[in-house]
Amino acid sequence: MIEQLTMAKAINLGLQKALADDPRVLMMGEDIGTLGGVFRVTEGLKAEFGEDRVLDTPLAESAIVGTAIGLAMRGYRPVCEIQFDGFIYPGFDQITSQLAKLTYRHEGALQFPVVIRVPYGGHIGAVEHHQESPEAYFAHTPGLRVVSPATPQDGYWMIQQAIASNDPVMFFEPKSRYWQKGEVDREVAPGEFQASRVVRAGTDVTLVGHGAMVSALLQAADIAADEGTSAEVIDLRSLSPIDYGPILASVQKTGRIVVAQEAPGAVSVGSEIAATVAERAFYSLEAPVLRVSGFDTPFPPAKLEGVYLPDADRILEAVDRALAY
Amino acid sequence: MSSDVALQLLTPDGTLVRNDRTSEYLPLIEALDEKRLGDFYRQMAVIRRFDVEAGNLQRQGQLALWIPSIGQEASQVGSGYAAQPQDHIFPAYREHVVGRIRGLDPMRIIEMLRGLSHGGWVPSETGNFHLYTLVIGSQSLHATGYAMGIALDKLNGNASGAADPKQGAAVLVYFGDGASSQGDVSEAFTFAASYQTPQVFFLQNNQWAISVPVERQSRTPLYLRGEGFGIPSIQIDGNDVLASYAATSAALAAARGGQGPRLIEALTYRMGAHTSSDDPTKYRENEQVAYWAARDPIARYETYLRAQGVGDDFFAEVATEAEDLAADVRTRTLALQDPPSTKIFAHVYSEPHPLMDAEAAWLAAYEESLDESVAAE
Repeated sequence: MIEQLTMAKAINLGLQKALADDPRVLMMGEDIGTLGGVFRVTEGLKAEFGEDRVLDTPLAESAIVGTAIGLAMRGYRPVCEIQFDGFIYPGFDQITSQLAKLTYRHEGALQFPVVIRVPYGGHIGAVEHHQESPEAYFAHTPGLRVVSPATPQDGYWMIQQAIASNDPVMFFEPKSRYWQKGEVDREVAPGEFQASRVVRAGTDVTLVGHGAMVSALLQAADIAADEGTSAEVIDLRSLSPIDYGPILASVQKTGRIVVAQEAPGAVSVGSEIAATVAERAFYSLEAPVLRVSGFDTPFPPAKLEGVYLPDADRILEAVDRALAY
Repeated sequence: MSSDVALQLLTPDGTLVRNDRTSEYLPLIEALDEKRLGDFYRQMAVIRRFDVEAGNLQRQGQLALWIPSIGQEASQVGSGYAAQPQDHIFPAYREHVVGRIRGLDPMRIIEMLRGLSHGGWVPSETGNFHLYTLVIGSQSLHATGYAMGIALDKLNGNASGAADPKQGAAVLVYFGDGASSQGDVSEAFTFAASYQTPQVFFLQNNQWAISVPVERQSRTPLYLRGEGFGIPSIQIDGNDVLASYAATSAALAAARGGQGPRLIEALTYRMGAHTSSDDPTKYRENEQVAYWAARDPIARYETYLRAQGVGDDFFAEVATEAEDLAADVRTRTLALQDPPSTKIFAHVYSEPHPLMDAEAAWLAAYEESLDESVAAE
């Protein structure tokens, strides 16, 4: 059955399913219980599963992650919510020095199936620390898996796959897409958890991105088609590991690739893709790999976010440059 | 450094303290049999000899680092024996004897400090003695989360599938005076108090965080920190093995009994260096070192045991055991082999990961090419 759901609702239903399916699954975070989270992604879960499954925690990100680690040692599968992207740094040490390394430190004897949910990205007009894209820090950290759904369908299924993973998963939710509806089929078997996916076929240029940027890439591809350029769009879905198969296959066909992201471009996921495509598809390239990114500045005051964040026009400007070679 | 409020059951000259306050704790000591009282001494004396041997091995280039625990044996042995088999222990990185009491082969610590592993022991095989944590204070949150899990097991019908939920278990977590300044420790206090976790925070105040004295960490006695978070707290003479045992036993019993967390501040002294890389003569006075040498935890307890009638044979036997362990550790250390390079990629993830596969394959091919080029010459 196909339903039209927002991504927020789709993730909510995925969390509900995970709680119902496995008594070891716990939710924990700030305001996630009675309020249902500041984005209402956990709405109704405390009422249904109780305060011992859906924990409104004290306001301390390091402790949310650090105690989730201890709960995982006890056999639980905690799902932590970090309220906003820019509030993840107080928990950064527990994520990168502890959660990411504990299976290695234990030489595989213990597993740490902890999911960290992070609403991230701009386009919501919010104050400082509420619109950032910190995913590269975590994609750089061995021991973590990093994913970001772009659609309600992926929101519903990928959150369940993340919870089922025996490795720690950073689950970046593109908050500007929370309220957009899309098709969700809760019965069809999900695709591979960390596979990238061609979401629009094309022949002239490959466009790659994740999260909210996938919508901008599809919009750019529509405009490009009107101008006679056929763009292939790939939704990364996973940032660590990155599934390069569809990306390299596409570049071998198009010879041109533009990678777009909201995050600052320096030492970013886009940088990594550029380097890897250059290493592994050098003879297929007709143009340098181009990146379209947020600028290498702090996220600006919200009235400037439309300038700061890549949109279809900036993606098309890069497409034009790639085609000019 | 001396304190009027610290619980003391044994004076520095080895005399049992009998007063209104100790009467609450002395029955816990009187319930111990002769063997266990002997074990207190045995573990303290043996681990000190081990500590000396490991320090020597470091100086001889066999270990990259050594972390001595000399001076803190009473805090650790008393509290370590207070834990029940079902309890879980989260150490910092200096609690060698607690690990030994729980069944950890001290060679695992040697291997870690030789650079062969990051720990790697399995808590279910080492009496629930968890791995060392080197980022100061981080383990306090893992311990609190574990204790939250014990509490949630009861509420959620043992959802975790952990063993023996009805038996009751508590968590004992070690940290130091320096760690008490870390935000993670304060956050652990907050969560423990909020969720009324079954756990005991065991703060070994050894007076020094490398070169910084405890006076820089806190203007108040550290046990008062716990009170501020709503955690009943006690300060003890940490060089008194009987006080450490009795206070920790009582606190763990309260935690297991559903009364929530407890904090123990054990006043002790790091008689040696912070690690083999440290030089304490640069920052502390001989007078202070002498003050604490006169309060040596092992000498105090030996005096007490001798007054109880324990004879030379026992102390000679323990000395032999200590020498045997030291010799065994030396032999086994010299026989240690470096790990294979494949260990680099093992267990970074629990499930298959393409980057691990690709990099491991590349390294194997690279190493093979080196072997071939050597063979060609």
